[in-house]
Amino acid sequence: MTAALRFDPIRLPEKCEQLRKEVRAFLAEEIAAGTFDPHKPNREDTDAPEFSRRVGARGWLGMTWPKKYGGQERSFLERYVVTEEMRVANAPTRRFFVADRQSGPVLLKYAPEHIKMDILPQICRGEICFAIGMSEPNSGSDLFAAKTRATKTDGGYLINGTKIWTSSAHIADYMIAIFRTSPPTKENRRHGLTQFLVKMKQPGIKVNPIGQITGQYEFNEVVFTDHFIPDDHVLGEVDGAWKQATSELAYERSGPERFLETHYVLTELVRAVGPNPDTRSAEGIGRLVAQLHTMRRMSVSVAGMLEAGKEPVVEASIVKDIGTIWEQQLPHRVRDLAAFVEETATNRETLERQLDFAIKTTPKLTIQGGTTEVLRGIIARGLGLR
Amino acid sequence: MAESDNIVVETAEKIFADLADPQTINNDKTNSWQAPLWQALSEAGLPLAWVSDDLGGSGASLADGFALLNAAGRFAVAVPLAETMLAGWLLAQAKIASPEGEMTVVPASPKDRIALDADGALSGRARGVPFAKTAKHFAVLAHGKDGVSIALIDAAKARIEAGLNVGYDHSDTVTLDKVRPVAIKLAPKGFEQTHLMLMGGVARSLQIAGALESMLDISVRYSNERVAFEKKISKFQAVQHNLARLAGESAAALAAATSAADAIANARSFNDEIYLEAASAKIRCAEAAEKGGGIAHQVHGAIGFTMEHILHRYSLRALAWRDDFGSESYWAVELGKLVANRGADELWPLVASR
Repeated sequence: MTAALRFDPIRLPEKCEQLRKEVRAFLAEEIAAGTFDPHKPNREDTDAPEFSRRVGARGWLGMTWPKKYGGQERSFLERYVVTEEMRVANAPTRRFFVADRQSGPVLLKYAPEHIKMDILPQICRGEICFAIGMSEPNSGSDLFAAKTRATKTDGGYLINGTKIWTSSAHIADYMIAIFRTSPPTKENRRHGLTQFLVKMKQPGIKVNPIGQITGQYEFNEVVFTDHFIPDDHVLGEVDGAWKQATSELAYERSGPERFLETHYVLTELVRAVGPNPDTRSAEGIGRLVAQLHTMRRMSVSVAGMLEAGKEPVVEASIVKDIGTIWEQQLPHRVRDLAAFVEETATNRETLERQLDFAIKTTPKLTIQGGTTEVLRGIIARGLGLR
Repeated sequence: MAESDNIVVETAEKIFADLADPQTINNDKTNSWQAPLWQALSEAGLPLAWVSDDLGGSGASLADGFALLNAAGRFAVAVPLAETMLAGWLLAQAKIASPEGEMTVVPASPKDRIALDADGALSGRARGVPFAKTAKHFAVLAHGKDGVSIALIDAAKARIEAGLNVGYDHSDTVTLDKVRPVAIKLAPKGFEQTHLMLMGGVARSLQIAGALESMLDISVRYSNERVAFEKKISKFQAVQHNLARLAGESAAALAAATSAADAIANARSFNDEIYLEAASAKIRCAEAAEKGGGIAHQVHGAIGFTMEHILHRYSLRALAWRDDFGSESYWAVELGKLVANRGADELWPLVASR
C-alpha cells in the first residue's frame, strides 16, 4: 500500500465545549456593543485594534504557547474552537490572526530568547499585527525564486527589493520575511534564502496599497531601500530558510479558515428558504451541509494530529485543496438555490448583498496561502509520484 | 491507509488476502472462491460480529465491526458480509438469535415498507435488497398496529425477482405475501426504520471509503509503471493533479465514514447529531465514489475499462453501494429538511456539536 493518509475521528474534549460557550458569549457581547455586524463580511475597515486587545485579554491569543511568553499552554484543539467561532461570526480578526496562527510559532522556534520575551507577550495581548513577506513581483508560488537581497553589513543586513501581495502590511508592526543572503547553488536551488524578523514603520520601508477586485485594500506592495535589520533579527539558519518553511504549512493550511470564509451565505440561505423548503432547496442545502461537515471533520482531525506532535503536511494540504475549492464554489451553489427564494423572504436583501461580496472574493480563495496547483504538487509528492 | 490495529480487522484482512484476492477472484469465472471465503469468515465469527455470544454471535464491538467493513471495502468483498452483519445487528436489537449462514435485511431502502398484519404475518415489497438471492434468512423490519417489529424469516418463504446492481452483485426485489416469521418481537421503544437505514448507510460509506483507498493505491502504482511519451505517466503534472484529487476524495470519504462510525459506536441515542454524521457520510462517500472512481479510470485508460483488470471490482461496487439504504439524493433532501427545520442559527451549533 503506497498512501498512508489518516483522518482519525478526533472529538473535541469537554473543556473545549466550555470554552466555546465563553467565546460565543464574548462575541455576542461584542456584536451587541456594535463592534462588528456578523451579517456584514464586507466591512470597509476590517482593522479593529480595540477588539484585538479584548480578545488578548481573554487569553485567546497565543493560547498554545508557554506561559513565560504570555501564552496559556492550552491545546491546539482549544485554539481550534476559538478560531472557528470567530470565523463563523465574521469577527474582525485581521489584526491578530496571522501573528497568532503563524508568526508567533515561527518566533517561538527560531527567535533569540530576548526577542521572544519582548514580542510574544505583545502578540498575546493583541497589541501587534504581523504580515508575511513571501511573494515578490517575479516570485509567487515559486518561493525560492525570491530576489530581495539582504546584504551583510556591520551589525546586521541591508535590505533592498520588493515584496508584493503582502496582506495587512499597511497596519502591521512586524513582518516575517524571506530575503536572499546568497545565490542558489547548482545542487540546491532552494539554498540562499534566510528568514528575518522585520520591524515595520521604519526608515527604508515603503508600503503601497493595492486595490483588490472586492473593492478592499487588504494587500500591499512593500518596497525596501537600504532598510537595516540587526543581526539578532535573523530567524534560524542563514541561507537555510527552505528547511524551516515546510513545518509551518501544516498549521497554515488545515485550519477552519480554509473552508469557512464564505460560510455566511449558507446560513443566510437557510434563513431565506424557511422551515419548510421545497425538494430542490432541501437537497441543495443537505449536500452543502454534508460537505461542510466532512471538511470540518477532516480539519479537526488534522488539529488532533498537530496536538499529538505529528507533522501532517500532506493531510493539511488535502484539507486546504478541498476546503478552498468548497468555499469557492459555495457562493455560486447558494446563488443557484437562492434563485427561487420567495420575494417575501425577510432577509432577501441581506442574502443578495452577501452573495454580491462573496462571489467577488471567490477567486482569491484558491490562490492565497498556497495555490491549488502547489498543494496538489505537495500531495503528489506525498503519494510518491515525484 | 488505515492500519489494522485490532484483532478483528487483522483476522479479516488475512482471510481476504488468502481467499478474496481481487486478481484471483477476477480470473475465476466459476465463482468457486465464494464458498471457501464464506466458510473462513464464518469460522472466524465475522458475519455475526455484531451479535452477542448468547444470541449466537461473536460479540465484537460496534467499532470493530465498522473497521471490519472498511477492510471489506478495501478488498471489494463480494459476499454478503456487510448484509449479514447488519441483519444480525437488527435481530439483536429485539434479542432475536441469529441463525447460521448468509442473511440480508429487508427493506434496504427508506422508501419501502413491510407491514405486519393482525395475524402476525408479513407482507410487502422491498426493492434493491442486496444478496437476497443468496441469503438463507432475512432480518425484517415491519410496521404493525403496535409499532415497529423485528422478525427473522426463512428466505425460501419470500418471492425473489433476481437482479444485479452496477457492480454485478445481487440486488433483488423481495415480495412477502403473508409470510409467517421464524421469530418476531417488538423493536425497542423509539427504534425506527430510519435507524436501520442510517446504520446501513454508514456500513456502505465505510465500504466505499475502503474501495477508494484501494483505487488510489492501484492507480498510484499503475501510474508509476505505465510509460507513455517516453516517461512514466506519474511524471506528468496533469496525472499528478488528478491523483492528488483522488487522494482528496479518498480522504474525504474516509474521514466522513469513520467519523460517522465512531459517532454511532459511542451514541446513546439517534439524535440530530448522529443523523448529521450518518447522512453526511452517505452523501459525501457517494459523491467521492463518482469523482474518485472517475479519476482512477482516467489514470488507467482503456486497460481499466476491461473485465480482465481489477479496477472495476472497486469502481463499480463503490457506485452501486451509493444506491443501498437511501441514495445521496434521498439523504440530502432529508438532511436539508432537518437543517431548515432547526433554523439558520442552529446550523453552525449542529455542525460544531462535536
